[in-house]
Parts: sequence; C-alpha cells; structure tokens
Amino acid sequence: MKRLVALTAILLLAATGCSGTDDNEGESGGKVELTYWSWAPNMDKVAEVWNAAHPDIHVTVNKQDGGDPAVTKLLTAIKAGSGAPDVMQAEYQKIPTLVAANAIADIAKEAGSLKSKFPDSAWNSVTLGQSAVYGVPQDSGPMMFFYRADIFQQLNLQAPTTWEQYADVARKVHAANPKQYLGTFSANDPGWFSGLSQQAGASWWGVKGDAWSVNIDDANTRKVAQYWGGLVQEGAVLNTPMYTPEWNAALNDGTQVGWLGAVWGPGVLSGSAPATKGKWKAALLPQWDAAKPANGNWGGSATSVTTQTKHRKQAAQFAGWLNTDPAALKALAQTANVYPAATDATATALTTPPAFFAEQTDFYALAAQAAKATNPFTYGPNVNVAYNAYNDAFGKAAESRQAAAFTAALGTMQTTTLDDLKKAGFKTA
Amino acid sequence: MSTTRGNGASPAATVILLLGAAYCLVPVLWVLVASSKSLDELFSTFTFAPSTHLLDNLAELSAYRDGLYWRWMANTALYAGVGALASTLVSAMAGFALAKYEFPGKKSVFNLVLSGVLVPGVILAIPQYLLLAEAGLTNTYWSVLLPSVISPYGIYLCRIFAAAAVPSEVLEAARIDGAGDWRSFARVALPMMRSGLVTVFLFQFVAIWNNFMLPYIMLGDDHLYPITVGLNGLLNQGANQPAMYTSVITGSLVSIVPLIALFLTLQRYWRVDLAAGAVKA
Repeated sequence: MKRLVALTAILLLAATGCSGTDDNEGESGGKVELTYWSWAPNMDKVAEVWNAAHPDIHVTVNKQDGGDPAVTKLLTAIKAGSGAPDVMQAEYQKIPTLVAANAIADIAKEAGSLKSKFPDSAWNSVTLGQSAVYGVPQDSGPMMFFYRADIFQQLNLQAPTTWEQYADVARKVHAANPKQYLGTFSANDPGWFSGLSQQAGASWWGVKGDAWSVNIDDANTRKVAQYWGGLVQEGAVLNTPMYTPEWNAALNDGTQVGWLGAVWGPGVLSGSAPATKGKWKAALLPQWDAAKPANGNWGGSATSVTTQTKHRKQAAQFAGWLNTDPAALKALAQTANVYPAATDATATALTTPPAFFAEQTDFYALAAQAAKATNPFTYGPNVNVAYNAYNDAFGKAAESRQAAAFTAALGTMQTTTLDDLKKAGFKTA
Repeated sequence: MSTTRGNGASPAATVILLLGAAYCLVPVLWVLVASSKSLDELFSTFTFAPSTHLLDNLAELSAYRDGLYWRWMANTALYAGVGALASTLVSAMAGFALAKYEFPGKKSVFNLVLSGVLVPGVILAIPQYLLLAEAGLTNTYWSVLLPSVISPYGIYLCRIFAAAAVPSEVLEAARIDGAGDWRSFARVALPMMRSGLVTVFLFQFVAIWNNFMLPYIMLGDDHLYPITVGLNGLLNQGANQPAMYTSVITGSLVSIVPLIALFLTLQRYWRVDLAAGAVKA
C-alpha cells in the first residue's frame, strides 16, 4: 500500500513539474524556448542555423506527419488548452480553418512589414485579404508540367503549351502505344485539381464583408472538369489516382509519360522513379489562353504562430527570419528541400537545378515564371469538407468514365461545401 | 477423440487450413521479399522475386536522422514492456480483489469493468488526451504509459483466473498464519496465478506494441514516438516529398522480430495455462 501511495505522489510531482517549467520559462528575460512543428525534412538543421545566431531564443523542431495529421493534432491541442507548439507550419489551404478555430495568431504587428518580400498571391494566402497576418509565407508550389523527353523525342512530339495541345499529345502518345498515357486524372488529389482550377481563374471561396461564398461550381472550374471528363471518356488519359504503387510503377516503366506536378516534383520523381533520372524535362503548365499565361498552386505553406504560445514576439521573429533571411532561405531550399515563397529566393538560394533535373539549367527560372503568373485563390474554413467531397464525387465520376459525371461531381462538391458552411454557423452570401 | 494421426484428417479441412496459413503468411513473405529490394526495383520487378539490398536498406533505415528508428524501437519496448508489466500487476490486484473479497458494490464494479471490455480503446484516445492535457502530461512518456496501465480485459481475465487458480482455503490458511492482505496477495496468490498472468502480459504487450491511435494523438515530439507512429510518419512526408517506401518496409520487418521472439519464448507458459485450465474444468 505504501508503495502505491509513493507511486501516486511521484506521478503528481511529474505532472506539476511539467506544467511548472512551461509556465515560467523565459518570463524573467532568460532564454526563451520555442517548439516548431514542421514536416519539411531536415527542418531541425535549418533551426540550428537560427539557434547558433540567437543564443537567447532556442527553437526545437518536432517533425510531424505531412499535411492533415499535424493540423488535426494542433486543433486537438488548442481545444485541450495545452500541448500546442509555439510555431506551426500551416498549409495555405488550412489557414482559414485554423483561424476559425482560433488556433493561429494575428502577427500583423510583428511581421506586417514583410509584405514586400513575397509575391501577392502568397501574401494574400496568409492575410485572407484582410489586414490581419496569420503567418509568414514559407514555401509555394507553382504547378509545372514534367514529361519524358526521351519518349517525346522518339514520337517526335513537342511539349504542349496549351491544353488543346496537351489533349492532342495525349491522344498521340496513347495511339503510338496503347499502354502509354500522357497523364492521369487523379480523384485522390483535390489539391491538384484545385491548382488546375486556380489556373483557369477559379477561386473556390470568397469573403464578402463577414459572409463566405462558395464558387466551386463556377464556369472556370466547370471548364477544367469538362476538359478532364472528356479526356477520360475518350480514353486519352488514365482515370487512376496518383501516389499509388501502380502509379509509381507506371512512372518507372515509362507507361506514364508525363505528370502535371508542381515545383517540388523532382523530389517525388526521385523517390517514385529513381531509375528514370535524366530522362525528364520540366515545362510550364499548358495554358488555356497562350496570350494570357496563368498558373495555379499545388501545396505551399506558411510559418504561423499559435495562439497558445507565451512568446508571440519571439515566435514571430523566428517565423520572419526563417522565410526572409538569406541564410535561412538558402538552408530552406538546399537542406529542407522546399521552394521558398520569398521573391528573392530564386536569385540567392536556387542557383542550381534540383539533382533529378541536373541538366535543365533553367529549372528555377521556369519555376519563378510559373510562380509569378499564379492566380489569386481564396480558401475557406471548410477546405477538408470540400476536399473529401472531391474524393467521393470525382472518385465515382472517374470510375464511370463519363464526361457528364465530372461536371455533376462539381455540383455535388458545391452543395456539400455550402451546406456544411451553413451548418457550422458561418454567414454565407 | 477418435482422430488418428495421418489418415484421419479430411482433405477439405487440410486445404482450408493451408489456405488460411497462406492468407496469414503471404503478407509476411511479401514484407520479407520487398525489404530486400532497392527503391527502383520495388515498383518494377516481380513482386515475389527477392533481391540483394536488404543490408543497404537496413543501413539506410539506421542512418535516417541519426538512428531515430532505433530510438523508436527502444520507445516501443519501453511502452510495451513497462506498460504491460504495470498493467498486469494492476489487473492481477483488481482481478484478485474482485474474485476473493466480498464488498458492497462488487457486482457493479465488475459489470463496469465488463462493459469497459466492450469499448474500443480508439474511442477513448481523445478524452484521454483532454484529461492528460489538463495535467500537462501530453507529449511525454507518461501520456502513453498511463492509459495503457488499465486494461478491462486484463482485469476480467485475472478475476476468472484468480477464482479458478487460487483456492479460498489456501488464503484462509495464510490469514490464520498471520499474513496481511498485501502479503497473502503477493506471496500466495500471485505465484499461483503466474501462468494466467503471462497470458495477460502477452495480450497487453502486443496490444501496446500495435497501438497506434493513442501515441499518435498524445505525442508531438518524434523522439518519443513508438515504431507504429514513426513508420506512419515516414510514409506521410507530405505530397512534395518522396515517401520512404523501402525504409518503411524494412522497418516493418525489423519491428516484428521482437514480437516473434517474445511469442516463441513465452508460448510454453501459454500452453501450460491452457492445459491447467483443461484439467481444472
């Protein structure tokens, strides 16, 4: 019995000990401890650069699973009232969700002056078009088109510069070898589809005063859905998802001849199809109107400060440094393998092409051109609902291989997303 | 019991059992074969054609962020080892008390425990997170260990086992000889329940070893991760990073080795346990 009592006492001590250090540290002008949740590889090495230069603010990086899981974890910690980090990597499309849950703080006072360092589309993603600043843009994912230069040469094809040409090339590739496809329509990747829609001029959400609007089923997105529905129906492209073992195998053995990816594509290709190194080339996304080049984003994230931090000023200072300081940008690009959002990163940090595209010296010049042409796009507070609806509705549409099902799927996405906003109590226009 | 060796088994039963064995073993075989392939062979060569890169993959796995994988292994061993031991002790005490003592509310306590058996642990993960967050214990070793200590199923098993294996007369004799409650539990009942406790320990060990949801929610620092959450993280590097397939597959292979070893060493107790039950019944 005595032993049990002692054990309980130890547990209680451990409990109070933990919360005690959390509360007091740094208040007396001593060393400030910050934790940073990020999923970019080697982010701890980037933080080391900061730690070496800032002995009084120490940043510890906790590596997270990519994308959704980290957000779920953060929201749980916010609800619980403890356990959240000070600094958080937040994907642009998750920022409205995090703001609505009061999880990330407005750092306009600390970081508002950094606006001029970033392209408008990136800055817009962290301000939601208002005066608040919910993070410093970290990386962006301008979409690009990757293709097997060797197979294109064999077939005497040019990289398509318009979507019309893309369809044409897709037909020719498939006609030359029925096993080969130029691409696939992936019902698993809503971020991919929203990027393509962004290029076409869509912005799925909008803010009018204090009301949200949902414009998923608009003319621009319908144009994209119709286009892909048509290609799938005639069999010019595949209808199976990306990021599956089958897709990896197809990239490896050359039955997938192209990929509509984003600037971070080389990393994916080097992991999925290492044997094809040196055979790929990158190009700008095909255009709807060659005279008015436009582009979309797939991925990209900001460095945000959570509302649970006790050191907002220092956390914002770190977020600013991480994404604007030349040494940090260099470390981000070369060690953490991300494409920094800052405008001058191309000149200072991205001077050599990624290893997988070693021979394409203009890789980052193309990427910068793509980033510059990126259309504005507003995300809403229930991106997860819209994305789930995409997976469901377009999953069925892709399986049916009917063009009409693709546009119908947009309608489903629109109503599901709008209904959810209303149900969650948001004012809608 | 008229079955004789060899000619008694029906061919149909044999075929069904063989199919069952294949169903269980083919995935293991797949992991074994796949972990010997390099990344570009993984998606291009025949599924069950082994290759020669097992050692390279192991080296790569060990090199990942300065051997983080082995830290995950050690963490899992800690969570499963300490958690299962503590859980077995708590279950033994609770089961013993429920089986051998009379006290008001005994029946409702036991019913409560029984209903706990029906609630999947996954459902409890979020409430447990909120509770531990109140105490500031999330993202610590405690956050995974403490919830693992209570196992309704273990308590249930221990009660059954204490009732069957510990005769009340022996306890009475101990009491007459002057042993207190703690002493008669620790010195008299516990040794008699030993083989049953091994079963509880094994169950709980495997349950914690395989547990995903609880550590996944509780932990933010990947130096505290157990193997399950760690491997999942290797697969989810985000859309813009290559998933580390070979490391995940090799890591899965290595992670089942301790479990197999544990079963091989402890299974003889399990057999004793089953035989003991058969005699008593």
